[in-house]
Amino acid sequence: MQYLVSVIHDSASLATPEEMAAIDVFNDRLQAEGHWVFAGGLGGPDSATVIDNRGEETMFTDGPFLESKEYLVGFWIMEAADLDAVLKLAAEGSKACNRKVEVRPFL
Amino acid sequence: MSAAGAREALTQIHHEEWARVVASLTRRFGDLDIAEEAAAEAYATAVERWPADGVPANPGGWLTMTATRKAIDRIRRENKRDDKQREAQILYDDQPPEPTGVIDDDRLRLIFTCCHPALAMHTRVALTLRMVAGLTVPEIARAFLVPEATMGQRITRAKAKIKAARIPYRVPSPEDLPARVSGVLAVLFLVFNEGYLATGSGTDPIRHDLTAEAIRLARLIRALMPEDGEVAGLLALMLLTEARRTARVCASGELVALDEQDRGAWDTALIAEGHRLVRERLATGVAPGRYQILAAIGAVHTSARDIRDTDWSQVVALYDQLVRLDRSPVIALNRAIAVAELDGPEVALAAVDRLECELAGYHAYHVARADLLRRLGRSQESRTAYDKAIELAGNTAETAALTRRRDQLVSLPLSLPPSLPR
Repeated sequence: MQYLVSVIHDSASLATPEEMAAIDVFNDRLQAEGHWVFAGGLGGPDSATVIDNRGEETMFTDGPFLESKEYLVGFWIMEAADLDAVLKLAAEGSKACNRKVEVRPFL
Repeated sequence: MSAAGAREALTQIHHEEWARVVASLTRRFGDLDIAEEAAAEAYATAVERWPADGVPANPGGWLTMTATRKAIDRIRRENKRDDKQREAQILYDDQPPEPTGVIDDDRLRLIFTCCHPALAMHTRVALTLRMVAGLTVPEIARAFLVPEATMGQRITRAKAKIKAARIPYRVPSPEDLPARVSGVLAVLFLVFNEGYLATGSGTDPIRHDLTAEAIRLARLIRALMPEDGEVAGLLALMLLTEARRTARVCASGELVALDEQDRGAWDTALIAEGHRLVRERLATGVAPGRYQILAAIGAVHTSARDIRDTDWSQVVALYDQLVRLDRSPVIALNRAIAVAELDGPEVALAAVDRLECELAGYHAYHVARADLLRRLGRSQESRTAYDKAIELAGNTAETAALTRRRDQLVSLPLSLPPSLPR
C-alpha cells in the first residue's frame, strides 16, 4: 500500500542545514526499512503554471491553481502496511523536516 | 412466546449481540459497510420471524449466520465477488495478537477501528454508536441534534476513509495500547457527558438514553479489558454519576446542586458497584489515571450521607493528585470549588480568579465565581457573574437553577449555607 505524505508549509524557504541533515537520516531509514518509494522538494507556488487543454486551445495560467496561505512544499511517497504504520512514519517525517505533513492513500 | 415477549427478547439480544455480529462479519468480509448492512438486515428478518416462529435456541448464532448469508447475497448480487475478495484484504490483521493480557475478541478490533485517532472526534462518536452500540442513524442524529442526512453522510464518509486509507482492523500493539484506550474512553466520556448535561434548548436536561448507552459500552470494554485501570475508572465514574441522576433535576425542571440533592433518591446499587470498582483499583496499588481519580472523588461524595459529612480534605487531596496528571484549567476550577469547603470561599475565589484568561468563555467558571461571591456577600458582583453564566450555559435545567439563584440574591441574608458544585 502506498501513501502520499505531503509536506505543508507557509513559506517556500528552504530547509535549514539542521533540517536537511535530519531529513537525510530519516530518508536513509525509510530506504533501509523498505518504506521508501520517492521523495522530493518543490519550488514555491510562484513557480507554478496551470495548464488546461480540455478545450480547443491550450490555456496556460501563471501561478498555482489555488491561492492559499499554506501549500505543498515537498512530499514523500511511502510504502506501508496500513494507516497506523504510515502515521508513525509521517510523524517522524514531520519532526525531521520541521513542518506539517498530510497523509493520503493512493487508490 | 407472545409477540411482545419476542420483541423484548429481540431488544435484549440486539444489545448483547449487535457488536459481536458486526465485528465477526467485518473480520470475515473485511468491510464495515457490508457488515453493518447485513447485520441490520438480519435483525430486520428476526423482527419479522421471531414473533411467529419463536426465538431460536442460539439467537446470536442465528443472527450471525443470517447476516453472513445476507452479506454473501449482497456480494453475489453486486457481481463483484472477486473485487470484494480483494477488498477483503483491506481491513485485515497481519499478525497474530501478541500476548498483551487482552482478550482477543473481534469486538475490541471493532471498537479500536471506530475510535481511530485519524477520525474526527464527532465521527468516532457516531461510528461507535452505530457499529458497536447498534443505534440507528436516525437515533444518533437525534442524540446529537444533527439532521439525519448529515449524520448518515458522516458515517458513510468514515467507512469510506477506513477502507481507502486502510485503517487496520486490529487491537493496537502493547506500546500503543494506553494512548489508544484513552482515545476510546474519550469517546465514551463524551457520549456520557452529552447525556449527563445535555445541550440545546429543545432537549431534556438529562438524556438517560445517552448515559445508559455510554455505561453499556463501558461495561462491554471492561469485560473485554478487565485488567485496564482506566477502563474500570471510567465505568466507576459513570456509575457514581448516574446513581445521582434522578436527584439532579427537581420537579420544576431545575438542576439541583449536590448540597441540595435528596440523597435518599440516589441509586444504591449503582453506588455499590462504583465503590467496588474504586476499591478494586485501590487494591492493585497501581498509580491511578485521571478517570480513576475522578471516580475516587465520586466515591467520596457518594459515601457521605449528608453534605456536611463529606470528607473535603480527601476530595482536595484527590484533586491535587489529578492536577499533577492533568494541567487543564477545568480541573483547577473544580479543585478550587472543593477548596472553598476546606479553606473558605475567599481562598477559593482567589484561585478561581486566576483562571480567568483560560476560562472566561466557560459557563462553569462564572457559576463558580457567582456562588463564591454570593457566599462572600458581594451581591452585585455575584449578580454580574450569574448573568454571564446564564448567557453561556447550554442546559435548560441549569439555566433555570442559575436564574433562580440570581433572582434570590437581594432577599437573602449575607451568611448563607455553603453551596457546592453539582
